[in-house]
Amino acid sequence: MSEVDVERLLRSALVPIEPSGALTDRLEERLSELTSIAAEELADWELSSMRDPRNWGRPVAAVVIGGAAAGALVVVRVRQQQKKRESGGLRAVEKSVRGVASDVGKRLGR
Amino acid sequence: MDHPGDKDKLDRDFTELYRAHLRDVYSYAYYRIGNHHDAEDLTEQTFLQAYRHFERAQRESNGRPLRPWLIRIAHNLAANYYRDRSRKPQTPLEDADVLSTPHLTEKLVEGREEVQEVLAGVAKLPDDRREALIMRFALDMDNREIARALGRSEGATKVLIHRAIRQLEESLKETAANE
Repeated sequence: MSEVDVERLLRSALVPIEPSGALTDRLEERLSELTSIAAEELADWELSSMRDPRNWGRPVAAVVIGGAAAGALVVVRVRQQQKKRESGGLRAVEKSVRGVASDVGKRLGR
Repeated sequence: MDHPGDKDKLDRDFTELYRAHLRDVYSYAYYRIGNHHDAEDLTEQTFLQAYRHFERAQRESNGRPLRPWLIRIAHNLAANYYRDRSRKPQTPLEDADVLSTPHLTEKLVEGREEVQEVLAGVAKLPDDRREALIMRFALDMDNREIARALGRSEGATKVLIHRAIRQLEESLKETAANE
């Protein structure tokens, strides 16, 4: 038996193995949960950062940019909420971001 | 991560990585551990941990493929698995699944015996040699990728694989002589 024979045997023995459908389903479910949690953490970060007035413009803009792919409805809602923000202060801004973040999440299927 | 757009891109990239390498991670875990149940657990833990550190890994990869990083996570988790449970790798018994090409009946029986012997020989190798062979033959990784996954130089990896094959060759010769 030569080294070449051993390599041939190794190729026959160590073939790639397909994972079961059950593993794939379970794993994809867990990863979806993780991405949802991460999205919520991001929304929380946005809300907390807005307590500093210097950051007020940034998170809303970020949500608009990030959610652009999610559709025009979100943008419309941002505009509506931005009007409220101008008259309603911090509480309205927080509500706006929370609503938009929720919309983005729903539209992205999270 | 600055905004949701970044996160969407990151999630899309991770999904690609997952789809491209799920079979690699599972194959590695199965041959490393020797049973499907624990291989599934190891695969799951590997991807969950990879997701947590994906942003940083992507940032630091400088465009290099992330498969070695992924396999390194599986490698570390497998090491913990043995350390925590004081287990030894098992010889895979469900080898009927790994015969992928059709054979005539007598060839099939002969092929199964050969496969059993090779898998038993691989299981007896030292951890680093066994892992290098799994990466080379089951995952079709090249020396550079294996070196990154094992945290070695390419030269050392080449030597490692050569020695692993030589040791397996001797082991198979001994088995044949004893039959």
